[in-house]
Amino acid sequence: MTRHIISVLVENEAGALSRIAGLFSARGYNIESLTVAPTEDASMSRMTVVTSGSEDVVEQITKQLNKLIEVVKVVDLSEAEHIERELMLIKVRAGQKEREDMKRMADIFRGRIIDVSDNTYTIELTGDGRKLDAFIQALDPGSIMETVRTGTSGIGRGNRVLRV
Amino acid sequence: MDRVKASTLTGAEIVVRCLQAEGVEYVFGYPGGAVLFIYDELFKQDKVKHVLVRHEQGAAHAADGYSRASHKIGVCLVTSGPGVTNAVTGIATAYMDSIPMVIISGQVPTHAIGLDAFQEVDAVGVTRPCVKHNFLVKNVADLASTIKKAFHIAATGRPGPVLVDIPKDVTTHSCEFQYPESVAMRSYNPVRKGHAGQIKKAMQLLLEAQRPMVYTGGGVVLSNAAPQLRELVKLLGFPCTNTLMGLGAYPATDKQFLGMPGMHGTYEANMSMQHCDVLLAIGARFDDRVIGNPAHFAQNPRKIIHIDIDPSSISKRVKVDVPIVGNIADVLDDLLKLLRDAKPQDIGQWWKQIDEWRAKDCLRYDRNSKIIKPQFVLEKLYEVTQGEAFVTSDVGQHQMWAAQFYKFDQPRRWINSGGLGTMGFGLPAAMGVQLANPGSTVACVTGESSIQMCLQELSTCKQYRLPIKIINLNNKYMGMVRQWQQFFHGNRYSESYMDALPDFVKLAEGYGHSGRLVDKPADVEPALREAFARKSELVFLDFITDQKENVYPMIPGGKGITEMILYEDL
Repeated sequence: MTRHIISVLVENEAGALSRIAGLFSARGYNIESLTVAPTEDASMSRMTVVTSGSEDVVEQITKQLNKLIEVVKVVDLSEAEHIERELMLIKVRAGQKEREDMKRMADIFRGRIIDVSDNTYTIELTGDGRKLDAFIQALDPGSIMETVRTGTSGIGRGNRVLRV
Repeated sequence: MDRVKASTLTGAEIVVRCLQAEGVEYVFGYPGGAVLFIYDELFKQDKVKHVLVRHEQGAAHAADGYSRASHKIGVCLVTSGPGVTNAVTGIATAYMDSIPMVIISGQVPTHAIGLDAFQEVDAVGVTRPCVKHNFLVKNVADLASTIKKAFHIAATGRPGPVLVDIPKDVTTHSCEFQYPESVAMRSYNPVRKGHAGQIKKAMQLLLEAQRPMVYTGGGVVLSNAAPQLRELVKLLGFPCTNTLMGLGAYPATDKQFLGMPGMHGTYEANMSMQHCDVLLAIGARFDDRVIGNPAHFAQNPRKIIHIDIDPSSISKRVKVDVPIVGNIADVLDDLLKLLRDAKPQDIGQWWKQIDEWRAKDCLRYDRNSKIIKPQFVLEKLYEVTQGEAFVTSDVGQHQMWAAQFYKFDQPRRWINSGGLGTMGFGLPAAMGVQLANPGSTVACVTGESSIQMCLQELSTCKQYRLPIKIINLNNKYMGMVRQWQQFFHGNRYSESYMDALPDFVKLAEGYGHSGRLVDKPADVEPALREAFARKSELVFLDFITDQKENVYPMIPGGKGITEMILYEDL
């Protein structure tokens, strides 16, 4: 079982997302995360699916994705050098006595405080999934009020390009 | 195709004009609220003929049977809600066997979608896992291009059913109509030609083979590649097996044919599959009902060449050495070009081995029985129809016996639900087969349980005067269920016995057909001869057969392909 990041270019049509999500559930494939948004070409969306499975299963996943009529292109990013990023918004307790520490912690992780109230900070943090996990680990669990993560997006390094 | 001049039409008119432009001969359907405008347009013309079924499952199976027997696209038309859910079993049946079909379903008006309207169901959602693709058309301006795409997608690449869901208001809206001449989709471009380098590798393996085996499936039939397959097998002198879906692609009466492989395949086909050193798989998918346990299959070393249009069928259950993705007819054409001057190995030793396996005579049964043996009925059916009938079947023991005992020499003659295993398929499929081949002999081999699942279509057969011959192998049991219960569940026949069966002869008569009960072996042949002589009538033959007969050989579920239970073992 290895982790794979699969990027999918898909026609921006109603139902394309449920078709892809349905494929994963119908065939029993894992989805760790799934992100989707239109590309610079509004007729197309790009989806990033993080999944895990044996080599045989991942081969089937890419073949089955390619078989979907609306799918234009599929690439397993983890086959070569790539970058992955995920965005997290995390709301933490930041009363008088925690405020300083929390600010410092956000700085260490290169997070940005994007909303402030009398007793809360909302911190924006970008990185790969492990970095976001590490930030959560570094905090006192009692201080976390809410988290929201986008799931992983990925792109190939250098000249490696996924487009039509 | 004639270029249709641009003119302003309603959505309903557009649907019918598109069907005409596609050359659709028959639409199998059932009217209802959401499709009334489409039915109104069908009424006003006579190019596209409508066949009124008695249940939407029948419409889907009939369109499917029509397609299988004609290599055209089957079309059905159903209303929203229960209309489309009733058709789902038929759509899934076509999907599992890769049959090109277009299903047009009505939908509630666009403004009512999502409001739990009367007869509303999310047709695109319900059918998504069992179609090649589906569309919801919300704008009349997209209707013609969507229907064009549906026909294109259904028939190209690995074929399959495509559903077009049309809200009622879209059928009343108007727009300029022009039927597109072609389809261009950047996301859908199925390959035809196979990779030349891979084809060369395949040729080398075939020429080095000491113990070769050719294993072909439904893909050869769908690709109309039977002539190429025959030439290839003859040229090489190799043994050949056809799966349940592939029967008829290679002539069953030829001596190089080893019968069907798999769970109820012949001893010689299964042994050869296991012990060959080079396996050429064409349009087959190493199904669990064919190779049994894949780990057991992998125990014997062999090189596998796999030709298929669908990359996801390759290395799915069995690892393949030489994959070739492409349209089978094109790939075989290219392969034949390389092989015509080549010389394969002498495989006399291998044939000697195969003939020893053949000598087991694995399909033998008790020919002196006083009770009618189902196998005997099928042998006689083959004789009486001189092997030239179109045979549809339902699902169960009778299906396996038909596959074993009716020797199909032509493709598209054997019509059965292989992948999904849908009881109730046989009779409605036979309607489509008969309409596609008027004047031809069509037999529906069924059992007393299967036939009752779509029995209402006897009424459709009457309306359209379809002279199908129903061969009912009546053992009062769901025979295959009973067989499994006998072998694997300690003879506990849980709910597999059918009490209170109808009088099938009277039932046939009630629908305006004729019927005959046959309960003596000596009457089997005369009854068949009499029935098939009645060219213009549907005849229901109710054969009372041995209740305890089993299908042999049998590979128990999860066992290896050579771990067969044979007749002689019991």
